[in-house]
Formats: sequence, structure tokens, C-alpha cells
Amino acid sequence: MSTSTAQYEPKTRVGRITNFVDQRVGGSGMVKEFGRKVFPDHWSFMFGEVALYSFVILLLTGTFLTFFFDPSMAETHYDGSYVPLKGVEMSVAYASALDISFDIRGGLFMRQMHHWAALLFVAAVSVHMLRVFFTGAFRKPRELNWVVGSVLLILGLAEGFTGYSLPDDLLSGNGLRIIDGVIKAIPVVGSYISFFLFGGEFPGTVIIPRLYVLHILLIPAIILLMIAIHLFMVVVHKHTQFPGPGRTNNNVVGFPVGPVYAAKAGGFFFIVFGVLALMAGFFTINPIWNYGPYDPSPISAGTQPDWYIGWVDGALRLMPGVGEFVIFGFTLSLNVLIPALGPALLLFTLMFTWPWLEAWVTKDKREHHLLDRPRNAPTRTAIGVAGVVFYCVMWAAASSDLIATHFSLSLNDVTYWLRALFFLGPIIGFLVAKRIALALQRKDREIALHGRETGRIVRLPHGEFIEVHEPLDEYHQYKLVNYESPEVVPPQPNAEGKITTAEKARGVLSRIFFEDRVAPPTPAEVEAAHSHGGHGEVEAEHEDQESLPRQ
Amino acid sequence: MKALSQRRRHPLAAIALLLMGLLLTGGLYAVASGANEAKAQSSPYTAEDVEEGKKLFVANCATCHGMSGQGTETGPSLVGVGAAAVHFQVGTGRMPLQMQGPQAKEKPPQFNEEETRQMAAYVASLGPGPAIPGEKALDTSDADPGNGGQLFRVNCAMCHNAAGAGGALTRGKFAPQLAGVEDVHVYEAMITGPQNMPVFNDATISPQGKQDIIAFLNTIESTPSPGGADLGSLGPVSEGLFVWTAGLGVIIAFTIWLTSRSS
Repeated sequence: MSTSTAQYEPKTRVGRITNFVDQRVGGSGMVKEFGRKVFPDHWSFMFGEVALYSFVILLLTGTFLTFFFDPSMAETHYDGSYVPLKGVEMSVAYASALDISFDIRGGLFMRQMHHWAALLFVAAVSVHMLRVFFTGAFRKPRELNWVVGSVLLILGLAEGFTGYSLPDDLLSGNGLRIIDGVIKAIPVVGSYISFFLFGGEFPGTVIIPRLYVLHILLIPAIILLMIAIHLFMVVVHKHTQFPGPGRTNNNVVGFPVGPVYAAKAGGFFFIVFGVLALMAGFFTINPIWNYGPYDPSPISAGTQPDWYIGWVDGALRLMPGVGEFVIFGFTLSLNVLIPALGPALLLFTLMFTWPWLEAWVTKDKREHHLLDRPRNAPTRTAIGVAGVVFYCVMWAAASSDLIATHFSLSLNDVTYWLRALFFLGPIIGFLVAKRIALALQRKDREIALHGRETGRIVRLPHGEFIEVHEPLDEYHQYKLVNYESPEVVPPQPNAEGKITTAEKARGVLSRIFFEDRVAPPTPAEVEAAHSHGGHGEVEAEHEDQESLPRQ
Repeated sequence: MKALSQRRRHPLAAIALLLMGLLLTGGLYAVASGANEAKAQSSPYTAEDVEEGKKLFVANCATCHGMSGQGTETGPSLVGVGAAAVHFQVGTGRMPLQMQGPQAKEKPPQFNEEETRQMAAYVASLGPGPAIPGEKALDTSDADPGNGGQLFRVNCAMCHNAAGAGGALTRGKFAPQLAGVEDVHVYEAMITGPQNMPVFNDATISPQGKQDIIAFLNTIESTPSPGGADLGSLGPVSEGLFVWTAGLGVIIAFTIWLTSRSS
């Protein structure tokens, strides 16, 4: 009995209990290890947390809803307290969703909180991914975690859509009808898949129970698993940080999990919880009682999916009515297939492969723990903006009817404009974003070399007017000069001395990426620019005179 | 019977048969269509109403609809549109037209109820058409809003939205929002089919069905939104917009606050 653990005798009751548990599960080691984990602080690093907390809230509210929701498509007549639907024939699923809304204490609040949390979950995941993309946090060693995150996004969409379909109201039924149409547009196997999924001809009587099982069991289980992998990899890789004085590729500057981050994160969970609770309490979401029970004949104006599926709906709306062929008596509906699957395939393929695409172009195989400011990776930023514009055009198209009515426009004109923007928007977005990024880099360079414009105009003895420039302090100067600026890597011959076609293509891409790069000022340049001004130690007037020759 | 069979080859037999056929179909049609037009007889206007209405018509409507309502290149003929159409178009301010456009927009009515009635009387005198529905037709005291809701979703929601929030049609036309529209105007819109709206005559939706629809609209209008602010009843678009602006905006404000101490 010479080990320190055995000698330790706790004095209080709490201490004894803690010691009992610790000796059996060894928790203190984990706390010691994980509790000293350091996380850097930046507001944009918190969207992943928002998504995680939304997911926790989804689990809590969703569990409440399962107590009362009955996913049956059996027919019934509504007998609840919402008068405008009294006696209307509907499915048990819809009737129980109405009961949750009107006859179960707190049910409507829980339903609305669940739905708002779902919208926020996907929004937070999206913004988190955009942050990771634009700051280059997906680079080695985090490529696989980027892929796990992308899978989480797709799972989020699937989870959202299955949930949206459950109440079996008119809106969700119309959404399912579109999915049915898209499935049936798949050549050869489409109609078989549809029959398998719906248990016969649409809508059938099995789809809601099946979606329910997917929604409350399978997809959330996979999401949980993915979140576990995602967070585990974050711990393994450590968190990235923006460059700054003292922050290098080999350290993490910030606060430890215990106690600072544990407290902050715990508090932030309740902030997210509170915001969602306020939204659920004061703002209607998915008023299923407005839509009525699903029936394949009616459809309502303003029928849209939830926002995260909107872009696919928008692509369908933008597609002109061409591309349907009849081949040997079989219909090939490219007019449905292309818009429903094409843009999604394009965006998701690019999303999944981007870390490798970029590493291939830059030939950069190093580990990166320091983030890029978006302006310091102009081409990546421009490509990201192009993708965002591409997405947003389709997203806007999903609300083309509301754009038309609310801005007194012609629905046809809105569609024509969005069709043009579908192709031109990403190009314009790319060019504008790249120019802005390069311009910001040049501005940074200018400030690093010549200091900040003070707005103070001074007249010199010989009559000339100049503006006083104030040099930056070292901390700010560091941020402006210390960034990576990859250069064009021309095609390299391989071991046999040959330049392959793929390598040539890579060379072309590398030139497009980096030929107009703005190099950070070198120490020599900074020294030269500052030598006249005496590092701002001297009087401003004196500096102005000294800096005359460069004006 | 023998006499009939003997004369069936008579030169006039074909004409007699044709005459009988015409009489039969015409008679049946008269009986059938009488059902729809029975109401038209029930609201009589005095000769004075028609006279005053004509004066108002000539001064305010004839530029487009012609001196005797026969229609011109810029406005349709009003012969046979009935008093209900006038009462709807003038009563909601759509007529006289504020400006040319994809469709007539609502504005504060330009004429009072009496003047509107006089113009309606004049237009009704041009040819038979749907009359202004009386109190009995608009009585919704025993109407069934549940049934009205079903009829509304099948017949109206595709343009007017399931909650009556309105929706877009092609080339700048639109189906207006239904909240705040008077019962009589809803009824008249159904029987006259203004602008791009189809006519829902009594064979399509029975008078009882129309009352149910009006009762449904009144119920959803008078029921406060159960879940809080309804965000315009525009469906997932306004919800998505809300979560991206207000929801995420507040969250971002908090993230900035939480990390503002350091960095």
C-alpha cells in the first residue's frame, strides 16, 4: 500500500463518493487529460457548437413528441378542438399531430421548438461548413473530418425531410409527391424503387410509418455516431486557430476546457436553448392545421419544402419543360432528373473532394493548424463564393412565386432572370469575390508598408499637402505580413522525366489559382518603407517630411 | 300507331321530327338553366335606379366598356356579366381601373353603396347575369366550416394558398389575400369569376358549399394564430428567412459576446 491513491483518505462525504467512483472508472485521468485541452477563442468557431446543441434539443423535444405521435395512415375523422377541421376525414398520423398541437399540454410548444431547432441545426451546420471552407480548416490533417462533416450535412437534410413528411398534412404530402416524381424519373429502376418505398402506388399506407422509423431510429443513430467521430477527431487534431503573435502551427493558444470552456459551453447551450424556446413560444412554424389533411388532389399556393431542401425544389422550378423523351415506349424524364439530381451531385461531389483537389493543385502536403484569412486565399474564397451564389440562385428560385407577389413582379420574369443567374451568377460571384479579396490584400500590404491613414492633412512649408500615416503596432503588423501565399507550381516532370497530361492540367489550375497572388511584404520591404519614418518614434511632422520622396 | 307508321315517309316527317327534337332539347335546357338563373329575377331594380346607373356608367365606365356596355378594344363587354360582377368590381375598388396592368388592383372604393347598386342595376338591365347575393344566400349561421375548408383546399387553395394568404399567377397576375374581404364579395367572386378566377357556379359549388367556404374563411380569420406570430402564413419560405435572419442573427450576436473578452 504505497501508491498515493491508496494513501489518499477523503475527509468529506462527497470526497468519499468521488474517490469511490474514481478508483473504479478512473475518471480523473480523463478529466485531467481532456480538461486541460485548450481551445482558441473566436466567434466563428462556435457554429459547430450551435449545431450540436440544436441536435441535443432535437433529441429532447423529439422524444416528447414520440410519446404522443401515432405514425399510422389509417383513416379517421378528426374530433379534436380545432373547429375548422372538425369531422374532416384524415389519417391517424395527421390527427395525432393536430392533437399534439391543440389537445396536449405543451405539445404545440414542443412541436414548434423541434421544428425551429431542426431549421437552426441545418443552418448552423451550413454556416460551420462555410467557416471551415473559407478559412482552409479542411486541409491536412483534417480532410477526413471534413468528409464526416459533409456526411453529417447530408444526414441532416435526410433527417429534416423525413421529419417534415411525418404529419401527413397537405404540405408534407405534396413534398413526398415531388420526391415520388423524382424517384420515378430515374431510368429503368425508378418506378420499382417508388413502388418499393411507398409499398405500392403513391401515396399508399406505409410511407409514414417507414419514414417514422428512419426519422426516430436509424438516421439519428447514424448522426450520433458521426458526431462522436467528428468530435473525437477534433480532439485528436486539436482546434485550428487564426495566425497571430505567439500562435504557431505547433501550438494552440486559448483557454482550457476546464473550467473556462466547460462553463462557457454549458452557458452557451442554455443560450441556444433559450433562443429556440423564445422562437417556439412566439413564432408559428409549420401551422399544419392551415394545410389540412393530405389528399393527392389539392395543392396550396406557396407550397415549399423547408429551407434546406429549397434549392432542389428551386432547380426543379428553373428547369424549362424540355428533355422528356419516349424511347421504345419508355419515358425518359430528363426534365425532372437533371434539375433534381444534377446540381446536388455537382455540389456534393465538389464538397467531398475539395480537400484533395486543393492539395493536388497546390502540391501542399504539409499539416496546417493555422487558418487562412479568406482574403489571403483569393481563389479558394472566389470558388466558395461561386458555390454559395449557385446555391442561393436555386434557393431563391424555390420562392419565385413569393418574390413575384411581394415585389409586384411577373413570375415568368423572375424565372427568366434566375435561369440566367443560374449560369452567370457563379461566374460573376467568382470574379467579384476574387477582385475584392485581391484588393483587400493590396490594402493590407499598403497598410503594412506605410501605416494607417490618419485622416490628418498637413501642409508642408513649401505648400504641399500630405496625409499623415501612422505605423501599426507590432501585433497588427504581424497579422498583415505573416500569412502563407502559395506560388504557382509549374507542371513537374515525373520520375521518367515526362510531364503527364494530368500534371499539365494541374499546372494550368495552379496558374489560375496563384498567378495574380499578392505576396506579403517581406521584412526587407517593410524595413525599407519604414526606414524613412524612423518606426513612428519621431514626431509626425518630421515623418511627413522624411516620407516625402515616396509620395 | 298505324297512322304514325304510315306517315313516317311523309315529306314533312323529317321536319316535324327535327322540330320535336329542338323543342325537347330547348325545353330541357330552359328548365336546367333556370335553376341557375332563378335568383336573377329576385332582386328588382326600379327604372330610376337603371336611369341613374346609366348616367354614372357613361361618366365613369364608358371610356373602356363602350357607351352602352358593349365593350371596346380596351375593355370587355358587360352584357350578361350581371349585377354581382359590378358590385364586386366597383365595391372592392378594382373598377374604375386605376391603371392598365396585368390585372386590376384593389383600392379604396370610388363609389358608395347606393351608386354601386345603381350601376349594377344598369348593367343587369343589359342582359341576364348573376345577381347580387341577398341576405339569405350569405347567411352562414348554419354553415359547416370543416366542409368549407375541404372545398377551399380542393377548389381555391392552389391559387389563394391554404390559409388564404394569396399566391402568384403567371405574368404578374396574382390571386389576392382573402383576409379582410367581405362575405358578399367572396360570394360574388365565386359566381362571377373576376380577373383570372374561374366561375364557380351553383352546379360546381352549391350555395350551401359557398356558405361553408365563407364560414371557413371567417373562422380562420377570426381565430388567432395558435402558435404565435404567423409570419404571414407564407409557409416554409418565411420560416427559413426568419431562422436565417432573426434566429441565426441573435445566435451570432451571442457568440460575439461570448468571445469578446479575449482575442
